[in-house]
Amino acid sequence: MSAIASAVPRPSVGGWGGVIRAGLVGAAVALYLCLVGIVPTFGERALIDDIVTLGQASLLLTALVVGYVAALRVPAGDPGQRPLRLVLGGTIAGAITGLSLTLLVLLGSVVDVRSIAQPAGPELYDLLTFDLGVPGAWLPVSVGALVGAIAGASLLLPAWLRRALVVGLGALILLGLFAGILRTPMLGSDLSDLGRFLFASDGLTLEGAIITVVIATGGDILLRRLDARKRISRLSEAQRRVALPPVLLVVLAVVLILPQGLGPFFAQVVALVALYILMGLGLNITLGLAGLLDLGFVAFFAVGAYTVGLLTSTAEFGIAQWPFWAAVPFAVLIAMLFGAVLGLPILGIRGDYLAIATLGFGEIIRILAGSDLMKPFLGGPRGIINVPKPIDVPPDHFLAGPQQIYYISLLCAGIIAFVAWRLRDSRIGRAWVAIREDEDVAEAMGVNLVQTKLMAYMLGAAFAGLGGAIFAGLIGSIFASSINLQVSINVAAIVIVGGMGSIPGVVLGAIFLIGLPELFREFSEYRFLFYGIALIVMMRLRPEGLLPSRIVRRELHLPENVEAAGAPVGSNVAAEAQERA
Amino acid sequence: MYANWVERVLDIAIALFLWVLRIVVVMVVVVGSLLTLASGRFAPETWAQLAVDGAAIGSIYALLALGYTMVYGILRMINFAHGEIFMSGAFGGYFAAVILAGNGFLNANPLASILSIIIMILVAAAIAVALSVLVERIAYRPLRNAPRLVPLISAIGASFFLQYSFRGLLGPGIFAYPAVGILNQDVGVPFIRVQWVDVLVIVSAVMMMTGLYLFVMRTKLGTAIRAVSEDKSTAALMGIDVNRAIVTTFVLGAAMAGAAGVLYGLVFRQVFFFTGFIPGIKAFTAAVLGGIGNIPGAMLGGLFLGEVETIGPTLFLSGLGVPSPNQLKDVVAFTMLVLVLIFRPSGLLGERVTKQRA
Repeated sequence: MSAIASAVPRPSVGGWGGVIRAGLVGAAVALYLCLVGIVPTFGERALIDDIVTLGQASLLLTALVVGYVAALRVPAGDPGQRPLRLVLGGTIAGAITGLSLTLLVLLGSVVDVRSIAQPAGPELYDLLTFDLGVPGAWLPVSVGALVGAIAGASLLLPAWLRRALVVGLGALILLGLFAGILRTPMLGSDLSDLGRFLFASDGLTLEGAIITVVIATGGDILLRRLDARKRISRLSEAQRRVALPPVLLVVLAVVLILPQGLGPFFAQVVALVALYILMGLGLNITLGLAGLLDLGFVAFFAVGAYTVGLLTSTAEFGIAQWPFWAAVPFAVLIAMLFGAVLGLPILGIRGDYLAIATLGFGEIIRILAGSDLMKPFLGGPRGIINVPKPIDVPPDHFLAGPQQIYYISLLCAGIIAFVAWRLRDSRIGRAWVAIREDEDVAEAMGVNLVQTKLMAYMLGAAFAGLGGAIFAGLIGSIFASSINLQVSINVAAIVIVGGMGSIPGVVLGAIFLIGLPELFREFSEYRFLFYGIALIVMMRLRPEGLLPSRIVRRELHLPENVEAAGAPVGSNVAAEAQERA
Repeated sequence: MYANWVERVLDIAIALFLWVLRIVVVMVVVVGSLLTLASGRFAPETWAQLAVDGAAIGSIYALLALGYTMVYGILRMINFAHGEIFMSGAFGGYFAAVILAGNGFLNANPLASILSIIIMILVAAAIAVALSVLVERIAYRPLRNAPRLVPLISAIGASFFLQYSFRGLLGPGIFAYPAVGILNQDVGVPFIRVQWVDVLVIVSAVMMMTGLYLFVMRTKLGTAIRAVSEDKSTAALMGIDVNRAIVTTFVLGAAMAGAAGVLYGLVFRQVFFFTGFIPGIKAFTAAVLGGIGNIPGAMLGGLFLGEVETIGPTLFLSGLGVPSPNQLKDVVAFTMLVLVLIFRPSGLLGERVTKQRA
């Protein structure tokens, strides 16, 4: 909330015009959410059973944010009337937001807009009018006004209470999202009564929702009162060092038991997340350290996967029938070789050309894998099947199925993280960072550009190959259709959103961008839409990523960029010219 | 960084590798072409036919490439979402065509058909311009002074945002363009099949490109655009409204892209949410091919890429015994991008932005 609030107000926007503008933005967002189908898709899942669906919640949240932002923009006036003004501002903006939906419902009752907006069907109108049909068309506007008024009024609350309520609301949404995943295992255990009390068959129960909000809000207030964060930061170095091992042990234990007990579906998801963490860490060297935006990651992923497939498969196209582990080093080596062969011609070119060139490589490899030319060797769409499991255990073993992939990926990710961490402060690591910051200066300082970049590119390729090899083991086969652009985009988005050059950032990015869409079907349908929004929002608000490395953060938050600093007069004029327009 | 001789040996090895690569490419092209021609499997008419098809798709690439090249020239940024602007135009034209076909105007008589096509192009251009201005305002303008990768990533985000917004709005299905009767009639060139749609695409593309060229070269706003691409801050000092010049650039590029979308729809008769992605990358290739920032270069690059992509697979590869070479059309196109970047990174006509590597 605070990030949004700090980003939205601009000096030029003020007065009641700002309020109306906030309302119009809210109306656009609300309409967008409805018309691209996010609201109806999420409307199939309840947040609180029989009361509010996730789709409705997304609209309520929009109105809430809009009301809050609008109230912030309300012009100052007579202090005695401030409460009234705040509530009024929130109400107006919220009502405008809701009005757009009311109009949509009315429009939808007259003409069928489904030819240009497929999701605008009866389900959407039912969601918007709480199943009342056209007579309920007034509901969105009044609910919007009400929510906006509440948001505006929240500005009258003391900051600590408002913050606590936001935390409570966040907890409610989070728990509502995870309700299905948490409920099933709870019902099978000693906690089944609690599970039934908190969760309905779909979403939270009303009691569960109230308790969640109360506990989260109260917890936040309590933590504030105790000044928990300050106390931790006041701990001495020695005290912290004592406290660290147990904390780390707990984290480690949670990480290790994660795929056990929550069912095979969840295990599959965490295995995939771990695999993407591995690949993200690989790209993190290329992109995060050396600044080479590689959008053709899938090329080397494919090389690794097909190498393992060819060397190990016991079915058609298999050439050696090796055990899995014997093939993996070859997969990595060959991927690295491909990295050198593909990288050499293009590493001399500028950074943004490189992105497109690598994108082209990804497409070349994808097309080749599915083409008639390679069909006699790679099987084309029929693929290579019968790739053996990395660890051969009976089906009831705790390492059976995706669990082993999870542990293997984590182990490899750990190794890559270690390599990356050690490399970062080495001579070559510093050369990478120098290239990322400024190629020309790096070259002038004696860095051999092509060779240094090649090293980063080959390392990235090697780890992509490793990812592909493990992927072949996870699926047990490799098809041309598994080689697609989405792999490259997934990995690049993880690194960018998580934080370039930052290892914890990659982990967080993988959990958000891979874990969430895999866990929730609703998310997976809009996965790339969310990626797109996330990339734009990140670049505008926090280009260094969620959990950035220190250097990148510093680099991206220079007061002016280098070019502008070189020509201060001109840049000022340019800035003025921008403002005038 | 290493002991000096290691570095030197590596550099020599790299140079050697690049030379081998050049030779291999030249060998494939020369030997492949000779073998194909010697095999006599293809009549001269086939080549003429391919050349016409290549010119049609090449004109579309050229129209798209103009948008890339102008934006790159002025902002030094790859407008990754340009392909999606093109797709939005194709959809705009589609809906206009559906309405026109619905009331029977589309195929009423040749004049009505031509009028319909003009309406489709205008609708497409309007939608493309609106989206493009929106994208520029939201995703690019706030990042104008950020490090290079930042706006590129934002542009990639915008590209996905637009793609999947259209997918959400219209669903993942493929939409069949309504047929315009006269366009599929034969022009009557002997031996080869030239349809009016090919003529339309080539003629309208040439007209639009000429118009753009004259606009940029002759008008005041065009001069402003050129000044801003030369040097933003000096242009601002001369009293040029930098933002206006930049927005105009986006508007011009988007209008061309929207029109190209309609032409693409008329040629290939289908459109879906992913339509813009691959043509977008290829048009960027065309822009690089012609020398980025260079307007005539983009036109030439587009045509050249269209021809190579259409003729190339058959000419170079079928003689080498590659099965179904047309599957490898995109491989030829992207290989060409890489080759241009190695052989002549400043493009065929030279690049306008090499001197200041901003």
